[in-house]
Amino acid sequence: MEFPVATKTQHEQWTVENLVFRKYNLFEDLPHHAQTLMLELRRDEHIEYLMRGLRGLPASFSVLDANRPWMCYWILHSLALLGELVDDELENNTIDFLSRCQDPNGGYGGGPGQMPHLATTYAAVNSLITLGGHKALSSINRRELYTFLRRMKQPSGGFRMHDAGEIDVRACYTAISVASVLNILDHELVDNVGSYILSCQTYEGGISGEPGSEAHGGYTFCGLATMILINEVNCLDLPRLIDWLVFRQGKECGFQGRTNKLVDGCYSFWQGGAFALLQRIPSVSEEQIVLPDVGHCTLDTSHTSTTSRISEVGNSSEGTSSQVDDTGGFRQEGLKVPFPVNYNDIGYDFINRSVEMKPLFHAIALQRYILLCTQAENGGLIDKPGKSRDFYHTCYCLSGLSICQHICSDADSPVLPRAVSGPYSNLLEPIHPLFNVVLDQYHEAREFFTTHRAPFNSEVLH
Amino acid sequence: MSSSSSSDEERRWVPLRSRPEFSDVIPVEQDDGPNPVVPITYKEEFRETMDYFRALYKADERSLRALHLTSEAIQFNPGNYTVWHFRRLVLEALNHDLHDELALTEHIARGNSKNYQLWHHRRWVAEKLGTSATTEELRFTKNILSIDAKHYHAWSHRQWVLQALGGWEDELDYCQQLLEEDIFNNSAWNQRYFVITRSPFLGGLKAMRESEVCYTLNGIVARPENESSWRYLRGLYKDDNSSWVNNPQISSVCLEILNAKTNCVFALSTLLDLISHGFQPSQEFTDAVDALRISDSEQRDSDVAKAACFVLESVDPFRANYWQWYKNKHFQNA
Repeated sequence: MEFPVATKTQHEQWTVENLVFRKYNLFEDLPHHAQTLMLELRRDEHIEYLMRGLRGLPASFSVLDANRPWMCYWILHSLALLGELVDDELENNTIDFLSRCQDPNGGYGGGPGQMPHLATTYAAVNSLITLGGHKALSSINRRELYTFLRRMKQPSGGFRMHDAGEIDVRACYTAISVASVLNILDHELVDNVGSYILSCQTYEGGISGEPGSEAHGGYTFCGLATMILINEVNCLDLPRLIDWLVFRQGKECGFQGRTNKLVDGCYSFWQGGAFALLQRIPSVSEEQIVLPDVGHCTLDTSHTSTTSRISEVGNSSEGTSSQVDDTGGFRQEGLKVPFPVNYNDIGYDFINRSVEMKPLFHAIALQRYILLCTQAENGGLIDKPGKSRDFYHTCYCLSGLSICQHICSDADSPVLPRAVSGPYSNLLEPIHPLFNVVLDQYHEAREFFTTHRAPFNSEVLH
Repeated sequence: MSSSSSSDEERRWVPLRSRPEFSDVIPVEQDDGPNPVVPITYKEEFRETMDYFRALYKADERSLRALHLTSEAIQFNPGNYTVWHFRRLVLEALNHDLHDELALTEHIARGNSKNYQLWHHRRWVAEKLGTSATTEELRFTKNILSIDAKHYHAWSHRQWVLQALGGWEDELDYCQQLLEEDIFNNSAWNQRYFVITRSPFLGGLKAMRESEVCYTLNGIVARPENESSWRYLRGLYKDDNSSWVNNPQISSVCLEILNAKTNCVFALSTLLDLISHGFQPSQEFTDAVDALRISDSEQRDSDVAKAACFVLESVDPFRANYWQWYKNKHFQNA
């Protein structure tokens, strides 16, 4: 009798397990047709909840008054996943509203007249990409946005969230994601980001928000996606990252965000999405063992000024700075000669790579958790049984569901019925896992920002 | 969604248009456009406060009344980073006493402490106050952590305080105390790692390793199902695989847990990790792994690493794909 009483962690864990297993037991006892019904994604209710939110929100949302582009993104992206289009009027109203959040000096704030902020910039840009079309895409002032990103850039490699704001891994991801998808990512923005992210990989293997903090699902996704987008993913200790990640799925079937924390539906995307990224990394999908690419990486634990791999290569940063010679590349791809990498092509090439491995998590179990434990009765999705719905969880539970359904398929191959839990009508639109926008909308944006307009040239800004 | 609490001071709220000190201010409405999406039905006091805030913010008026107004606006919506930012500009311009900021942030934290802005502000204030703030910051975070021992922002702030202002002396004891209360608290393990690797008083990871390994192995034996302690143990050998493989204490605890036959997942995965870094398992390991097979139909393998993977595939079905992948990756040619 060394430990007569349960610790707080155990007590909370068992309480949640009871709630979740009650759902599963109920499900197991039902006849087959009733099970199918219970596994159904209640599309109509979710759509109604989302549409109502887009049209108006009660006073209790005042505490999210600095997050309105986020609410646009959570709602519009959820609707897009469900294959639901908004009508022309709502589309125009959204474009108009987001334009009012756009700062004259670049970037988007949390509402009209608020300071530009990287997170809401990411949300606004992803919202406009999700809407698609010339009007939405051309409303983004890329030139000013680029100057905003440069202004947020820190000598340490990281980014600040806003003028004099906090520096963390979220800021790196939102800055790099936005720059990549808008075709304005260049050497100046990339410089030293890799060493900042590396300084946040913890002894557990996951990535924290700041150096020293605890490995966390949200930051791990952000850090991993960033490293892929800047072509430095093999600098991470991927074997340890994967080992940490696989243990985040528990017997509740869903993911927790940190070791010994409770399951939460939103990590269906943050952790599930990280798996979708990993299986497209050649060093992971190939069978032989690959050690971290330390030879090319510099990690300065004081994370002041470090020399990153790219700058060691010494590319010409005058003018066409987005064209860098990268002798490393994805070395595990088996390419024998150095090849030039355009940062802005990385996201595109990534999604077109074929998937050659099984997912390293249990995608069917996760779908069960999402469908049985996170659907609110009256529409919307939730963290775990007993919690109330919100747009954030609706967005990330649905994003995670889409990840699970499409995890075994290449971009152009059909999804097999056995990959989809519940009726096949549960199938959602596929997403681009680096940006978390619906894939068709990503392709439209890619086309628009690379060909339909004269390519953005950062040279004129220097 | 936590709406603002109806505290006394809010019930006594006086409209700004009725306050003499704001009589010269022309409120600026939010430019939401004719048909905004996600419009919020603000309460009248929220709307009016923000209209007056916009007026002063636009005029860049760094005055005492602006300071007071930001504090009201922050209480309506602690997530408004623009208001917080402007408040800092005003504080600097007025050279205002920053101790009031500690009370404000503490008050906001009582409502909802999971908010990036409040912690960013707190860090800014503490940085200005310097080492005189150390004790207070450690007390403040300890207070938050006594309610939620895994509070991410509180831990980040505490780490920043230790690094920027000091106060390391009792930190290992604090970690110890939290782990005694709840050995599954991974945040406390993380903090312990932070302390032993970065505290200027402890001599770093190498100097601390032996005693930490001892401490952790005791925790593992008591609670072999606790992932936190296994990860911490592995972390003690970050960047030193040869010491990891060559410490006989570790392999023997591993064997002990395997032989106990319950909660063997982390022991098996640790064994695999050891082998993949060059550990040569004795016959005892082979026997222990063999005894873990749950049925005779299960695939067996003369190679202990592959055998361990097969056991994991069946006892840890959520990660069956991972164990298969791991086996192919590390032991294909074994």
